Amino acid sequence: MIPVAFDYSAPTTLDEALTLLADAGEDGKILAGGQSLIPVLKLRLAAPHAVIDLGRIDALRGIREDGDHVVIGAMTQHHDVATHPLVAEHANLIARATQTVADPQIRHRGTFGGALVHADPAGDLPAAALAMDAVFHIVGPGGERTVAAADFFVDLFTTAVGDNEILTEVRMPKKTAWVSDYQKFTRVAQQWSIVGVAATLRIENGRIAEARIALTNMGSVPIRVQAVEQALIGCAIEEDAIARATASVADGTNPPSDLNGDPDYRRHLATVLTRRAVLNAA
Amino acid sequence: MTITEIGASRLRKEDQRLITGRTRYTDNMVLPGMLHIALVRSPFAHARITAINVDEAKRAPGVIMVLTGKDVADEQGGIPSAWPVTPDQKAPPYLPIAVEHVAYAGEIVACVIGRTAAAARDALELIDVDYDDLPPVLDLEEAMTDTVLSHPDLGTNLSATWIFDSAAAGTGTDVAQALASSEVVIERTYYQQRLIPAFMEPRSTVVDPTGEQLTMWSATQVPHILKLMISLALSIPESKVRVVAPDVGGGFGGKLAVTAEEFITLLAARRTGKPCKYTETRTESLMGAHHGRAQVQRIRLSATKEGIVTGLDVNLLADMGAYLGVITSGIPILGAFMYNGIYKFPAYRFECNNLFTNKAPTGAYRGAGRPEATFAIERAMDDLAAELDMDPVELRRKNWIKHEEFPFTTVAGLEYDSGNYEAATDKALKEFGYDELRAEQKLRRQSGDRVQLGIGVSTYTEMCGLAPSRVLGSLDYAAGGWEHAQVRVLPTGAIEVVTGISPHGQGHETSFSQIVADRLGVPFDNVEVLHGDTQVAQRGLDTYGSRSLVVGGMAVVAAADKVIEKAKTVAAHLLEASRDDIEFTAGAFGVKGTDQSMTLGEIAFAVFSAHNMPDGFEPSLDSDATFDPVNFNFPHGTHLCAMEVDTETGAVTLRKYVCVDDIGNVINPLLVDGQIHGGLVQGISQALFEEAVYDESGTLVTGSFVDYLVPSAADLPMFTTDRTVTPALTNTLGVKGVGEAGTIASTPAIVNGVLDAVRHLGVDDILMPCTPSRVWNALRDAAQGGGRHRSPDPSSTKPDLDPAGGN
Amino acid sequence: MVQTTITVTVDGTSYTDQVEPRMLLVQYLRETLGKTGTLIGCDTSNCGACTVHLDGVSVKSCTMFAVQADGHEVTTIEGIAGADGLHPMQTAFHENHALQCGFCTPGMIMASIDLLRENPNPDEQMIRDGLEGNLCRCTGYQNIVKAVRSAAETEAAKVELGATIPVGQPS
Ligand SMILES: Cc1cc2nc3c(=O)[nH]c(=O)nc-3n(C[C@H](O)[C@H](O)[C@H](O)COP(=O)(O)OP(=O)(O)OC[C@H]3O[C@@H](n4cnc5c(N)ncnc54)[C@H](O)[C@@H]3O)c2cc1C
Ligand code: FES
Ligand code: FES
Repeated sequence: MIPVAFDYSAPTTLDEALTLLADAGEDGKILAGGQSLIPVLKLRLAAPHAVIDLGRIDALRGIREDGDHVVIGAMTQHHDVATHPLVAEHANLIARATQTVADPQIRHRGTFGGALVHADPAGDLPAAALAMDAVFHIVGPGGERTVAAADFFVDLFTTAVGDNEILTEVRMPKKTAWVSDYQKFTRVAQQWSIVGVAATLRIENGRIAEARIALTNMGSVPIRVQAVEQALIGCAIEEDAIARATASVADGTNPPSDLNGDPDYRRHLATVLTRRAVLNAA
Repeated sequence: MTITEIGASRLRKEDQRLITGRTRYTDNMVLPGMLHIALVRSPFAHARITAINVDEAKRAPGVIMVLTGKDVADEQGGIPSAWPVTPDQKAPPYLPIAVEHVAYAGEIVACVIGRTAAAARDALELIDVDYDDLPPVLDLEEAMTDTVLSHPDLGTNLSATWIFDSAAAGTGTDVAQALASSEVVIERTYYQQRLIPAFMEPRSTVVDPTGEQLTMWSATQVPHILKLMISLALSIPESKVRVVAPDVGGGFGGKLAVTAEEFITLLAARRTGKPCKYTETRTESLMGAHHGRAQVQRIRLSATKEGIVTGLDVNLLADMGAYLGVITSGIPILGAFMYNGIYKFPAYRFECNNLFTNKAPTGAYRGAGRPEATFAIERAMDDLAAELDMDPVELRRKNWIKHEEFPFTTVAGLEYDSGNYEAATDKALKEFGYDELRAEQKLRRQSGDRVQLGIGVSTYTEMCGLAPSRVLGSLDYAAGGWEHAQVRVLPTGAIEVVTGISPHGQGHETSFSQIVADRLGVPFDNVEVLHGDTQVAQRGLDTYGSRSLVVGGMAVVAAADKVIEKAKTVAAHLLEASRDDIEFTAGAFGVKGTDQSMTLGEIAFAVFSAHNMPDGFEPSLDSDATFDPVNFNFPHGTHLCAMEVDTETGAVTLRKYVCVDDIGNVINPLLVDGQIHGGLVQGISQALFEEAVYDESGTLVTGSFVDYLVPSAADLPMFTTDRTVTPALTNTLGVKGVGEAGTIASTPAIVNGVLDAVRHLGVDDILMPCTPSRVWNALRDAAQGGGRHRSPDPSSTKPDLDPAGGN
Repeated sequence: MVQTTITVTVDGTSYTDQVEPRMLLVQYLRETLGKTGTLIGCDTSNCGACTVHLDGVSVKSCTMFAVQADGHEVTTIEGIAGADGLHPMQTAFHENHALQCGFCTPGMIMASIDLLRENPNPDEQMIRDGLEGNLCRCTGYQNIVKAVRSAAETEAAKVELGATIPVGQPS
């Protein structure tokens, strides 16, 4: 319950935060919503010397439109993402996935950026961001760079964000008339995904015109399944056809084995949930 | 004024402080100069301690003292076992702080006492313990072979073998014969997974060594037992110890314990001369507080082709864990009397092998032995019904004790005083819509619906109201089962009721107030119920085993009746009437045939001033009573559930749950329903969600609420609870216990329901908890193998664990 | 040990204290301010026993540092009753027997108040889902769900009554 002691700072600007982070070196840690970091610190699974709280940098919080993109600030809380009209309109997959994260109290504190940088393989937002073709804006001592979702998730709990960098915002091309669903399979409500499937579709004349499918907890990073996305194009909204198009979704995946299921079971679940996600979305 | 306290849904007295945050949980307490304790626990399931270096920790800022097992070897005593179930029962010493050998992951090896909780916690990192690890014993069947020993010094893993045989006891015939000569015999092995009581308030203890009496506040269900055990184990005169159980945040048997942490806090306070506090973290609680269940049940049930059961043979392997706590060894024995359930079996044999493993010690958990027994017999009855292609309710009807047959002495030797299984079952079937759901089930089977429907049945009884002292004696338990109460009439007429039970959520401040208000004819609000402090409630045996109302409540009734008798004497004197002419009604003592009368309050004041008392009358109305029940009581009921199984994912949904319980007369329906709801969920949770899992090295994998799944509101439906009323004949209130009924009944109902949904697909067993992956695997195996699916021995399906999963 | 000065308004009173940055908000409430009405049931942010309101919304006070609350307003179970008595949610819990041991109760009540703030008229499933971050081991949740529903109804009835009062009249 009691973390190792640390120094704390709460900068009000991004520059200040970057300087503090650089000064802290390897022992520095960014604190966003704290909903993953604080439990880790309490259990003493990590013991940073310096904790740099982004909570007072207003510029990192908020949701806006920028041309044909929706932009979500890294420090925007899950609750705000889940209920924001712009997200509902242009990125409804993100809204749906975010609604399944944890519980109301945690959604009031936890942030969009924090969940993505934390990159828990069972976390729900990485797959959703991947399916949304998100682009990540990262600033560090050398300035700003952007990383595409496909390159962002490197490994378990590891992303393209370096030790001395900060994720500032996530931009997603608007998928305005798209429909979506996030299927999250758990044993009890407040549990991390055993398997999750993010699906978002554009439907034209009763057939699928475009599709994005990504899987949660089917490997060390979220997996986008382009083969299935392709197979879905032209599909009528009809169970058998969709089942055929999604049948191979788990091929070649290497999901974890734990108390909730072995890899075989997870692969099976992914297949069933993908079919359901597509049908539900459509 | 007519008094209708009994049966009234009085709102609870205890709520006011609890809903406003004015609570007195142990961890809330702060005393001047109080020090804080943090504990080093073994990460190994089985090891020898070769060295402990505490030098750096001792020098750390804010650290007052560091204690190892060696430091306190002479004074730490040992956690006592109060239940030698056999004369030759074996047990390793259970030291509060291990000295040379640790036998489960989580066992305490050192203690830091700091000025703040943070200082104590920080210093834990500075303690170096060297271990030589030893192979752990983790599986019961393996333990039985003694190839690896959980305690090498003990020479065996077997603590005791306890047998009941109806032929030998004269309560029935010989089982071997019944099995050999019957038309149908079903043989099953059921696994009772390990559960963790997981009360919401982590355990906490504060000890104040100042003053004449050493005072311990502790989050315990059993302050009186704790006081006695401390005195015996640590050789402190009993009169020098005071134990207080302030507000206690749930127990469910998990706080029916005398713990290492309590001993250590006491030793620390004595050594430092300062008040000391220890509060466990949830992680420590899950690995260090005792667990429950953990049995392998081998069942053989024989019957005629018509479904009349002819014999039952039970062979148990019961996991004690690493040590025997106060009543660890007795838990499976408590179940021995319940395997025959509500049925008339002619022959019964029960054998239990109590085994040590390198896991956390086990102990009482809601129902303690009886849920295990009920699960086995109710599963077996369903399995038999399936074997005979008979409706499971019909099979039960054929075998249960009919209402006109009470009192009935069972094959296990208990005398059931009353019951009406027909009435409860008929009512439940009707409210449930049994026939309609069976019809829907048929349709779904025919259409091959993706979601199959199953109906779960459980008709249970339980023995509660622990316990007639002579019965406990015959089972070699060290203590009795009586309860004590005192009713005090204050000069203003206000009433103080002192009880030896120690409630922690049950609402006895309310229900006992109702009993006394009814008995003495005083307003409910004039009654205050005091408990949980050995200085206030000097005698008592605390709260567990659904005993509080049926034993403790009866003691209160007896004490109140004595008050009335005393008051009559005073009333006769003051009203100048013959004592025989005094009538007591509605709180007033009147003289027959006159309008002269005095209230209890008026008499109380007269006794207080004592100016004018009858000759030889001791000026006090206060009365004590101790009640020892003549028998257990036997609540029963019928629970029905509709389970939906998604055959594609294995997901199980509880769609409908109806229970009709017969707990005799009801003092407060609101409290009773609350007990049932909570009990149901704990039982359902065993069936579907919870399991304490250790990996192959003996580390608890389910060491936090992330993995030990306690359901939330979002995971459960509304329950329909109803009652029939067949009063108990063994107490004058006609009441029976209710605290454990829901838990006992619901686990088999749920699992029977899950199996009923998929039995036609070739599945007739699924291990608890019935997780989606287990259900799916069973369906897949059945489909592939074509044959019946039996669950494999859990030891051969050790989970392959991924340390990274979902944190 | 480095301490930081914080000013937090808790239950309407402003407090300024020196705290270690690692001190959790729940520890600050319990240990520094003596607000022991807020409880701790776990170390992994699962149980919700520690739920309080931060600037009016529910949060788990075990998953926040006290320093993060600097300049903010915290409301605990001890601060919700008005001068004229209990908060309607407290009354609803009492009247529906929505608590037994009471350990989950402060967190449950705080979470339930927030639930109705967001959705004044939730159905049973919405209530259940809205309380997924709060564990209770005693009640089986049935009466908790009922209590929240009845609090919603009581509030709705009050609003309706209010609406019938003619404009310009003191309410
Ligand atoms: C009980 C519980 C249940 C949960 N269930 C789920 C669930 O079902 N699904 C799910 O997806 N999540 C779940 N979560 C996690 C939750 O979504 C967290 O909010 C999220 O994982 C982390 O976000 P945060 O803002 O709280 O980040 P923090 O905890 O503050 O930080 C997490 C990590 O990311 C780093 N970091 C954060 N922001 C930045 C940034 N802008 N730049 C660089 N580094 C940064 C931090 O240094 C830290 O290492 C659960 C959490 C809890 C406690
Ligand atoms: S104490 Fe359990 S969630 Fe905060
Ligand atoms: S009332 Fe005991 S945990 Fe909820």
